[in-house]
Amino acid sequence: MIDSERLHPRPDERTTPTGMVGAPVPRREAPAKVTGAARYSADVHLPGQLEAAIVRSPHPHARVRSVDVRAALAVPGVVDVLTPADTATVRWYQEGVPLLGSTVRFVGDEVAAVAATSARAARAGAAAVRVDYEPLPHVTDFEAALDPDAPAVHPGGNRTKAPKVQGRGDVDAALATAEVVVERTYRTPTAVHNAFEPHGCVASWSGGELTLHASTQGVNDVRSMIADALGLAHSRVRVIAEHIGGGFGAKQIPWKDVAIAALLSQRCLRPVRCLYDRRGENLAAGKRGATRQRVRLGARRDGTLVAIDAELLGDSGAYRTGGESAALWGPYLSLYRCPAVRTTTTFVYTNTGPAVAFRAPGFVESIFALESAMDELADRVGVDPIELRRRNHTDVDQEAGRPLSSPTALPAAYDRIVEVAGWVPRPLVPPDHTEGAPDRRADPAITREQTVRYGRGFAAHDWVGGGASPPGFADVELHEDGSAEVRTTTQDIGTGTRTLLAQVAAEQLGLDPDEIRIGLGDTAAGPPAPTSSGSATAPTMAPAVRAAAAEARHRLLAAAADRLGCRADELHLSAGEIAAGDGRRCSVAEVLAGIGPEGVRGRGATLGQPDGVTVRTSGAAVADVEVDVATGEVRVTRIVVAPDCGRIINPRLVESQIIGGVAQGIGFALTESQLTDGRLGTVVNASLEDYLVPTVADTCAVHHAVVGVADEAANPLGVKGIGELPMIAVPAAIANAVSDAIGVRITELPITRRRVLDAVALAGRAARSRPQPARPQPAQQQPAQAPADTAQETTERPR
Amino acid sequence: MSNDDAYGDDAHRDDASARWSADLDRRALRRALVRINGRAQLIATEERTTLVELLRDELGLTGTKEVCGMGDCGACTVIVDDDAVYSCLVLAAECDGHEVETIEGQARGGQLSNVQEAFIACDALQCGFCTPGQVLAVEAELRRASPADDAALVEALSGNLCRCGAYRHLIDAARLAARRAAGAGAGAVAP
Repeated sequence: MIDSERLHPRPDERTTPTGMVGAPVPRREAPAKVTGAARYSADVHLPGQLEAAIVRSPHPHARVRSVDVRAALAVPGVVDVLTPADTATVRWYQEGVPLLGSTVRFVGDEVAAVAATSARAARAGAAAVRVDYEPLPHVTDFEAALDPDAPAVHPGGNRTKAPKVQGRGDVDAALATAEVVVERTYRTPTAVHNAFEPHGCVASWSGGELTLHASTQGVNDVRSMIADALGLAHSRVRVIAEHIGGGFGAKQIPWKDVAIAALLSQRCLRPVRCLYDRRGENLAAGKRGATRQRVRLGARRDGTLVAIDAELLGDSGAYRTGGESAALWGPYLSLYRCPAVRTTTTFVYTNTGPAVAFRAPGFVESIFALESAMDELADRVGVDPIELRRRNHTDVDQEAGRPLSSPTALPAAYDRIVEVAGWVPRPLVPPDHTEGAPDRRADPAITREQTVRYGRGFAAHDWVGGGASPPGFADVELHEDGSAEVRTTTQDIGTGTRTLLAQVAAEQLGLDPDEIRIGLGDTAAGPPAPTSSGSATAPTMAPAVRAAAAEARHRLLAAAADRLGCRADELHLSAGEIAAGDGRRCSVAEVLAGIGPEGVRGRGATLGQPDGVTVRTSGAAVADVEVDVATGEVRVTRIVVAPDCGRIINPRLVESQIIGGVAQGIGFALTESQLTDGRLGTVVNASLEDYLVPTVADTCAVHHAVVGVADEAANPLGVKGIGELPMIAVPAAIANAVSDAIGVRITELPITRRRVLDAVALAGRAARSRPQPARPQPAQQQPAQAPADTAQETTERPR
Repeated sequence: MSNDDAYGDDAHRDDASARWSADLDRRALRRALVRINGRAQLIATEERTTLVELLRDELGLTGTKEVCGMGDCGACTVIVDDDAVYSCLVLAAECDGHEVETIEGQARGGQLSNVQEAFIACDALQCGFCTPGQVLAVEAELRRASPADDAALVEALSGNLCRCGAYRHLIDAARLAARRAAGAGAGAVAP
């Protein structure tokens, strides 16, 4: 059970006159979602609607010689087939390849699409399309893709661009003189979003205008990108996303379902629905690309960092999708105070599905590596892991040379997590592996209690998101009858946007949140708003709605002042009543009735970033694990997270984001990995049967250590985003806990039973094959001796 | 809705085409009388139509969601004769003479069910796409064993995945609904 303390530690009378901001208001669409009334794009059914099915390449790399549609068109119910010849002018991905390829570059790449009167007929039609492929050599392993002899995914080599070098200071000199150097290579897997509502779109045309019901995180971006791709005016395209069945980043750009539905609908003169099936969703709808990270930390004997060097390699898949699919360099440059940092980042093309942003893209992966290395450094210098992070804390954005907007938040997160997790400071002491693991299979008398090891791990993180993504606009309107509505074109992707915007408006207007209609998720609903990504929706749109509501309130009170014959600043607005200091009063409805049909309107906006500071978010996580060294099983028993999301508008919604982020972090740490057969080039677990998203049995107790530091420098509400934060440090904390339990560092995610057993066996062999060192005493604060296997990649310089 | 046929080789495609033609000859529709959310409905459907296809595509009951189409995820869970079943693994024609309850039938006379109320109270949902199946999985468990024991509640949820990861709140909601059901039951026995 989540153990969120009662909020709000710092009630702010100025911004919470009605107590609405900070209240655990129930999610407003919850009744629609528990009764099945909530309508998703996948549920839209228009008169005469056709269903589309996609023909996907069975080859990882091939030239399409011809596409024969005759048999498909003979299938009863099939109306039309879209082929590469029909779509040559529609360009896709950053490479600008044709929508339906004359060359296919991964198993699942789109070749043709069939429209039919039923989904079943469309699938039969897709199966009847005959494609003549000329297979080409392929490479699916992202490390092998850099081999000079590797097949080229695109002409010009497999680097998506020249390696990106960032940083500051003289890293080589700093490493040469560092008293301690920790060096290791980490790997993270390919992970798939697997949102439960697949990517999908219903397209319909009317009078030269295109309406798209799309499952997307960004109605405005879908509108502009699809309009541009099809050569339409933006004003002729309307995009609607009323409810979205999960996105997690994969729906922050339009995918081919939207273009295919639009084109087929245009050709057939009927609405067309194109939904990806689960296999398509796993193959061709985005992924968190695998990474290899070679990390070197240089430090003084007291743990103070003097150098960070990170060589980063990431899998882009066959195409670049736009946006930031993995900001791997981020935490190395920003999380810790360090005068010399160098990140060298290379992304490679492979014959696999394209990568796209996935909840804190790049940071989840690089925090695993950086925080594993920091724990190893703590071990080496004999300093408590949290104390080591404190010693390396920074108040400033070192790249931009300006202060962070909320520099006390991360130290507060450390304080809170120590308190809530009951963290006992320690130097890390590696367990003794001399005895090896008892074999439960050989001796049934050995119990789990004898083979289980307990561990606790910590990780810190920051995140480039969580601040605003301007511009974002909102309108607030008070109607003649006294009713109120907020209109904007942001989205509610399941995070509770409607609810928190209603709270913010209600606070200004003196109304109950339930009385305010929220119009969003529709390009026709209101003024522009950004895509829901980067944890930016709350910090962009809550201040915009607050400003719009404040303007409407100002105009309402001005009209009331005229009516009552007093000054507007003498008036108090509450519960639909406007009262003057002398007791005279009138109702909001009376004032509005006097104004007439034009009502009262306000517009608010978030137009830019605050001057002189960098807005960032950060936080920390502690994981408790049980590792059975006989079976390799890792059980997470508790996670504590302390995310800095500024002032909390709705603690109930924040708790939901926290338990969800923690669950996805557990999945990334322990179970999730998309596997590709390198020889065939095909994904072997493109289903929910074999791609292991966490189940209810994989979750654990989750505690929220509330940081509660409003970021007043970020925006007047002090609000930052929460969505991505609770996930970021969880895999790293689990990995550090496993290391604490078994004394061996697992350097590759997910931490499978095989990897645990191999690591324990290796440690046992190493321990038995060398003279026993004297075990250090924790109280002496001496550097702990690393076991031989963990020392193999480390170098220690003489003082 | 598996689309595996679409990935086969060319020989399989010819076969698929031939199979489809042959299928046409035996496409006689099956009639069935199914009680859906308390009302007897006469349906005429292809033999291979699954229950989820019947509900969503033919009857417009889109509250039931289809996610994997192969019994992995539980999103399409409905109640058939008081048992929670994956409606993607049940043929519509098999339901002849049986009682099917969907999410649309859970609120009676505008009053949400105990389980639905508990889901709202605990915010046991985020994107909401798996929610109808989760509600019905808990509902079936509470009918099967009331008072439900805690391990059985978690077990009842274990066949339903939630990609948003709302599990902690789902467990809270199941426990709350079980407590309220037990309380209501006790009240009925001892007025």
